[in-house]
Formats: sequence, structure tokens, C-alpha cells
Amino acid sequence: MNQLATLAGTMTAILVVAPLLAVFAYLVIRGAGSLSWAFLTKAPVPVGEMGGGMGNAIVGSALILAIASAIGIPLGIGSGIFVAEYARGPLPKYVRFIADLLNGVPSIVIGMTVYSVVVMRQKHFSALAGGIALGVMMIPTITRTTEEMLLMVPQTVREAAYGLGIPRWRAMVSVTLRTALPGVITGVMLAFARVAGETAPLMFTALGNTFWNWNVNQPTAALPLQIYLYANSPYEEWHRLAWAGALVLIVLIVGTFTAVRVISRRGVFQGAQ
Amino acid sequence: MAASPLSGSDSISTGSISQTASPLPRIRMKAPSRVADRVFYAVTCICALGIIVIVGLIVYELVIHSEITLRQFGWKFFTGTNWDPVSGDFGALPFVFGTLVTSFVALAIAVPLAVGVAVYTTEMCPRPLRASIAFCTELLAAIPSVVYGLWAMYILVPFLRTRVDPFLIKTLGWTGLFVAPDYGISLFSASVILAVMVIPIISSITREVMISVPQNQREAVLALGATRWEMIRLGVLRNARAGILGAIILGLGRALGETIAVSMVIGNNPQITKSLLAPGHAMATVIALEFSEAATPAYLSALVEIGLALFLVTIVVNAAARLLVWAVTHRMPARAHA
Repeated sequence: MNQLATLAGTMTAILVVAPLLAVFAYLVIRGAGSLSWAFLTKAPVPVGEMGGGMGNAIVGSALILAIASAIGIPLGIGSGIFVAEYARGPLPKYVRFIADLLNGVPSIVIGMTVYSVVVMRQKHFSALAGGIALGVMMIPTITRTTEEMLLMVPQTVREAAYGLGIPRWRAMVSVTLRTALPGVITGVMLAFARVAGETAPLMFTALGNTFWNWNVNQPTAALPLQIYLYANSPYEEWHRLAWAGALVLIVLIVGTFTAVRVISRRGVFQGAQ
Repeated sequence: MAASPLSGSDSISTGSISQTASPLPRIRMKAPSRVADRVFYAVTCICALGIIVIVGLIVYELVIHSEITLRQFGWKFFTGTNWDPVSGDFGALPFVFGTLVTSFVALAIAVPLAVGVAVYTTEMCPRPLRASIAFCTELLAAIPSVVYGLWAMYILVPFLRTRVDPFLIKTLGWTGLFVAPDYGISLFSASVILAVMVIPIISSITREVMISVPQNQREAVLALGATRWEMIRLGVLRNARAGILGAIILGLGRALGETIAVSMVIGNNPQITKSLLAPGHAMATVIALEFSEAATPAYLSALVEIGLALFLVTIVVNAAARLLVWAVTHRMPARAHA
């Protein structure tokens, strides 16, 4: 029985790691051939014409993610500081709980809400709306990581800061937060990597665009949206581009994720021992 | 000279106590920093309350925009089986069926694998491999949904259609769950890709919960002469039961809300079938696909109502799961197995 259990454990480990390797392998096999400088810098061309790429989608994604970060990072860190430092009464517990609930809300529902709050009022799709939707999705992750990191700062550091006679807000920002900063940045990068791949919230907010767009108030292309559109199309050429786009997206996201894990050396390494 | 350090310090301390009988001077903060402190508190408080406001806003918008069909259909919205936007008849049961079936079949596939991997990496695996396998499992969570959908559509579905489904039809066809014809795009394929997406969540929380079981539980069972598997079963898993259940429910919450990958492999056919190899539809999928085509207010309202139902279900599921996981991991050491 004991050996059976060990065998079963090994089998499940193989079965779990296999899809991961399969996804990466096929992305490289199907996508690497279509990667080129033209792919990264050109806008899409009509079906049947050669060339064309996803340059506008990559740039559009960057624009939307910049707006999302501008919304998500301050709100997330602010909430994290509130929950960790001003821990009085039941309010921090409720905020933590509701942040976890917000984390679990399906991304399509958040997209629908931002559609009705922003897009319907403005009467047009925009990168701004897309950025708001993604920013809202970043907040719970950043809040939770910031709170965890701030709670890990030893009380002696805080007391030393107060002992210097500086005001409480200054102690919190310049000493406690700075001590926890590497962890907070980790959380921010993880949240960023997560929303970088989200498609559903952008479907009704940023809408997508086949041309270059630098205006925040216009519909904008985004890499995941473009991949989704091309994957569902009936054209072989577009399927090729979808694979290449997916490879670019994966390299960016998984690269960020791996870098974060390797640099922080927590979670995986602590948890596995 | 021969005065001991103790007596010497005694005299000094008593001297200082008798001299400074007055209390320490009150530290007064300068006015500007008090204002700055208040401002800082207010700013962070607003950020935190902002989260609550956002969730409230989501509920408000969903309810407001689904009023038409809420009033028109009431509960019959979720029991009707006919989804006919053209004639204004909206019955959402096929989507509810599809979401529930794909989520639960995905859990049936994912839970043994995820718990198995968690057990393997925390207890059985040779130490050098632990970090790498745990990292690979968490890497599964980093892959975006659209990439899973792309891979599932062009690689997984043909694989299932040619290798796995005929085998299932032959061996399990008598149950009525796996019946030809099979085009690959089906409830079953959606369940498989959902399972792959849900495994990292269940496994990472299970690992966390298993690690929080104190070491003395394991040692006690081993001292009674148990094998390693018995130690895992009795000392660890039994104590971590509630937490593992919480992890599974969290995975369910994620599976219920998954949109993009499912929409690419589920077949988008709003029907209720016994066979898992038939195409189906799901709640999140129909919103994604038909939202931009919703021409009439009633159509839009119907889709928003599905979104509202999805939101409420995932809220309840996530709340229950978080409470369960919290109940186990915050109370350390765990109680003795009962």
C-alpha cells in the first residue's frame, strides 16, 4: 500500500507537469516560426496579404496596463497599509475579506460593470475603460501582498522609527514600507503579470483595434484580445499569428512570474520544505 | 572597591528613582505632523473603503441593468430551457447546466491530481525535486486563459477526439455519459482544460494547509508504527481535511467564472444533454459571446442577469472557501484527529 501510494504520487506529479510542458512545447513549435521583427512592429493587414503583425496590440496592451497600474498600485498599496498598520477594530478584517471576494469575482463580470459605469456613460469604448477594469482586478492581489509584507516587518523596526521622533506617517512610509518594499514590489509584479493576460474584461471596454492607437479615449488593441480574435477565426494565417502572439505573451508573463519567484525566494521554496 | 556590581547598581537605581519622582514629560507632537498623520490615515482609509465601494458598485450595476428580465421572468429565468433572443424568450437553464457540469467534472479530474501533487511535494518527493515540482505547479497558474484556450482548441481537442474519447465511448458508453457522435468540442473537453487551470489553486492551498499541520502529529503517528502512507493519511490529511475542502471550493469558484478558455472549446450550443461528449454552453461564455450582439434592452438585461447570478454564486462559494481555509490554518496546532 505504501509503495502504491508513492507510485500514485509520482504519477500525479507527472500528470500535472505534463500539460505545462505540452503548452510551452507547442507554443514554441507553432509560434516561434512566425516571430520576427515585422511581427513585433507592424499592425495587422487584411486577410490574404502577407506580413502584418501584432505591434499595435503589444503597444495597446502596454498603454492599458499603464493605466491599470496607475489605478491599481496606489489603491492596492494604500489599502494594504491601512489593513496592516491601522489594525483597530473589525474594519481591517472586513476589508481583507472583501478584498478576497473581489479577487474571486469572474473577470467578465468586472468587464460588464466597467462597461455600464464607464463605457455607457462616455458612449464610446476606450483604453481608459480597459485600464480601469484591469486596475480593479489588480487591487485585491496588491492589497493582500502589501499587508502580508508589512506584517512581516519586525515591531522593533517600527519602534526604532518612532524613537527617532518622526511623525507616524513618515515612519510608516520611510521606514516600515521601505523595509517591506521588495516584497511589495513582488506583489505588484505578480498582480501585473496576472492582469496582463486577461482578455474578458477588455472585451467590452477596450474593444480592440486593427490600427495603431495612442489615444486613451479610443478603442485600443490588446495582445490577449488579438490572440482570442485570431484563434477563433477561420484563417490559417491568423492562426499562425495567434500562436506567435501567445508565445510573446507567455514569455512576458511567465518570465515576470519566474523572475519574481527566483528573486523573492519565498512561497515555493519555503513551502516545499 | 569590593562593592558588588549588584549593590552598586542598586544604589544608583534607587537614587535615580527617588530623584525623578515626577512623571516623564508628555511628548507633544507639532501641529503640522498631526495634520499629516490624519491626512495619511484618511487617504489609506479611503483606499480601503474603496474596495468595499467597488464591490457594492458591481452589485448595484448588475441589479440595475438586469431589472427588465428580473421583473419579466422572475425565477422562471433559470428554469426555462429555451434561449431565444429573437422572440424575447430567455431561459438560462442550459447555461447553468453547462457551467455546473463542466465545473464539477473539472473538479472530479483535478482534485485527485492536485491533492496528489500536494501530498507528493510535501511528503513523498525527494528533497532536491520539491522546489522544482512545486514551482512548475504554480507556473500553471501563471499561464493566461487565452493561451490555454488556444492550446486546448488546436492541440488538446484533437488529442481527446482521436485518442481519449473513442476509448471512453467504448468502455463507459453504457452509462450514457460518453456517446458518439463526438466532434471533440464538447463539455468534456471544456472540463479537461478547466481541470488543468484549477489544479494549481487547489494544490497550492492544500500544500499550505498540510504544512500548517504541526510536526508532532506526524511524529506521533510514526511512533505508533505507521508506514509513510499511513502517516500521511492519519497524521496529515485527516487534520487538514477542512482546509483541503476549502481549497477544493476555491478551485470550484475559479472554475465557475472561467470564460475564455471554456468559450473556445465548449461548442457554444445551448442544450442540455446527458452525454458529456456533446457540445454545450456556459454562463460566463454566453455573456462573452453575445454581449456585443445584444441589440434589445431585454437581451442585454438577460445577459446581465446571468452575470448577476454568476457573481452571487462565486461570492458565496469564495466566502465559504475562505472561511474554511481560515478556520484550519489560523488555529495552529490542529486538534488531534477525531
